[in-house]
Amino acid sequence: MIGNDRLAVRKTYKLYVNGAFPRSESGRTYEVTDSKGHFLANVAWASRKDARDAVVAARGAFAKWSGATAYNRGQVLYRVAEVMEGRHLQFCEEVAAAEGLSSSKARAAVDAAIDRWVWYAGWTDKLAAVLGGANPVAGPYFDFSTPEPSGVVAVLAPQQSSLLGLVSVLAPVLTTGNTAVVVTSRQRPIPAVTLAEVLATSDVPGGVVNLLTGDAEELGPWLAEHADVDGIDLTGAPAGRAMEFEREAAGTIKRVVRPPATEPDWSAEPGLSRMTPFLETKTVWHPMGV
Amino acid sequence: MTHVLDPDALPGATPAVHAPLPPYDDVTRSDAAFRSFLHGLPGVDQVGAESRAAQLGTRSIKTTSKAWAIDTAISMVDLTTLEGADTPGKVRSLAAKAKQPDPSDPTTPRVAAVCVYGDLAGVAREALAGTGIHVAAVATAFPSGRASRAVKIADVRDAVGNGADEIDMVIDRGAFLTGRYLDVYEEIVAVKEACGDAHLKVILETGELKTLDNVRRASWIAMLAGGDFVKTSTGKVTPAATLPVGLVMLEAVRDFRIATGRQIGVKPAGGIRTTKDAVKHLVMINETAGPDWLSPDWFRFGASSLLNDLLLQRQKLRTGHYSGPDYVTVD
Repeated sequence: MIGNDRLAVRKTYKLYVNGAFPRSESGRTYEVTDSKGHFLANVAWASRKDARDAVVAARGAFAKWSGATAYNRGQVLYRVAEVMEGRHLQFCEEVAAAEGLSSSKARAAVDAAIDRWVWYAGWTDKLAAVLGGANPVAGPYFDFSTPEPSGVVAVLAPQQSSLLGLVSVLAPVLTTGNTAVVVTSRQRPIPAVTLAEVLATSDVPGGVVNLLTGDAEELGPWLAEHADVDGIDLTGAPAGRAMEFEREAAGTIKRVVRPPATEPDWSAEPGLSRMTPFLETKTVWHPMGV
Repeated sequence: MTHVLDPDALPGATPAVHAPLPPYDDVTRSDAAFRSFLHGLPGVDQVGAESRAAQLGTRSIKTTSKAWAIDTAISMVDLTTLEGADTPGKVRSLAAKAKQPDPSDPTTPRVAAVCVYGDLAGVAREALAGTGIHVAAVATAFPSGRASRAVKIADVRDAVGNGADEIDMVIDRGAFLTGRYLDVYEEIVAVKEACGDAHLKVILETGELKTLDNVRRASWIAMLAGGDFVKTSTGKVTPAATLPVGLVMLEAVRDFRIATGRQIGVKPAGGIRTTKDAVKHLVMINETAGPDWLSPDWFRFGASSLLNDLLLQRQKLRTGHYSGPDYVTVD
């Protein structure tokens, strides 16, 4: 019989790389506190080598994820929302602790995050129709354009909004068929770790999403310079460093999403603005009239 | 491309006469003597070998040492293609890569050799003429080794005639595992004779030998029979070149040189894909056999994908940022 003297089983907060939950290669961890400064957990502190491994994993997963049918990708992303729903209570508690929100506001943020997944899941098979099309050309050709994913996208997740903000920057990368290496909010990483557990159990192939808890200031330059990263979202870049990261990214002509001056209200309707930066338009000229 | 397969020239009747170097010149006088010699070799402590190999794998090799290790490892690579789908074009492109592994950086060292099937050795020889890069060919019914001895010898002669100056032979694992050690020995002697001036690497296929004791015995057979290199694997069987196997083989060549004065090379092949793996092997050579072996003349990596990872790491050291597979060749 278990009495009140039972020892609670404490969770080890680890990284999520290539579908597994490794500790940081460096062995480092750092303390995470709630909004009032109370200790919450020790989480893995990703090093540049973890980032490198994550990029290798994301590159490896790209062919399968980008090659999946749009319908299938949509189903998988919808499944993520389903599994998140099952963890609703846990997300609410973690978001409330991380962001210092009242329970009703935390709940609203989690609801919005889950709805955001569903919203993006619905876009997978509609993008080609909205962003592509048949082009009228003066010649005997059927000419059409389709949007194609760029490849591996590094995402510096928002520092303030621990779940809704994270989902709002991650989901569009996946919807468009890219694979992602995400550096989470430094001070508020715990909802991201739980999201990693959701992703690991919801048919998203290993390596499609890699979540690194740690410091965007430390990892940002490595990801921005990395020759095998095709795009970078600088939303969570530390103040004053974004331009430097952008300059480094230019060395390998990455696609860059600049950070807003201040973190936006993530509950607003996102539109297509976060999906189009990591899409490339392929145009085919097909002879006809034979 | 000329083939020299001449059925009349097959040495069927004349057995090879070869005595091992002293003090081992009488251990092959009979099957029983050879068996008792091989089984009298010190047993390998498997747990100890594994932990020693793992321990050596934890050495931290950084900055200038790492740069040295990467360049040394590149110069030790036997760039290999052993596929049924190999074509002269693929061998030529491999030869081009062997000559200049990283076109964006001419200071990158050349690899040691290109390793192909015997029928393509001529293509490789032509493409590598004047470069000093060796042409290695696998022979003796690679990778299984299941053919009669006459056919194996003919295979070797054909490869040498096509221009190979290194021959990678496989031992008869069936004979080894049934205890016919002298058969294995005599076959290596015969192949060595057929090689002429070509260097002979003896593939033990350690993944099929099962125990480290067997690896040590097979290494000794190969060394006594006159092989110039002992090589772990064909690359077609897993496990291949694991660190404990490499450790046992390095100990064998070290002990053999102490006893006979003759130095034998080591070539791990198969399963070495990353720079980290290669560096672990380099550390192990230095700590086990000694720095005399840290040269392409005495140590080789049999690999196809390893070179690309070495080049990526080299680019990282040069440019300061991580490189990617778009910056090296596909094969």
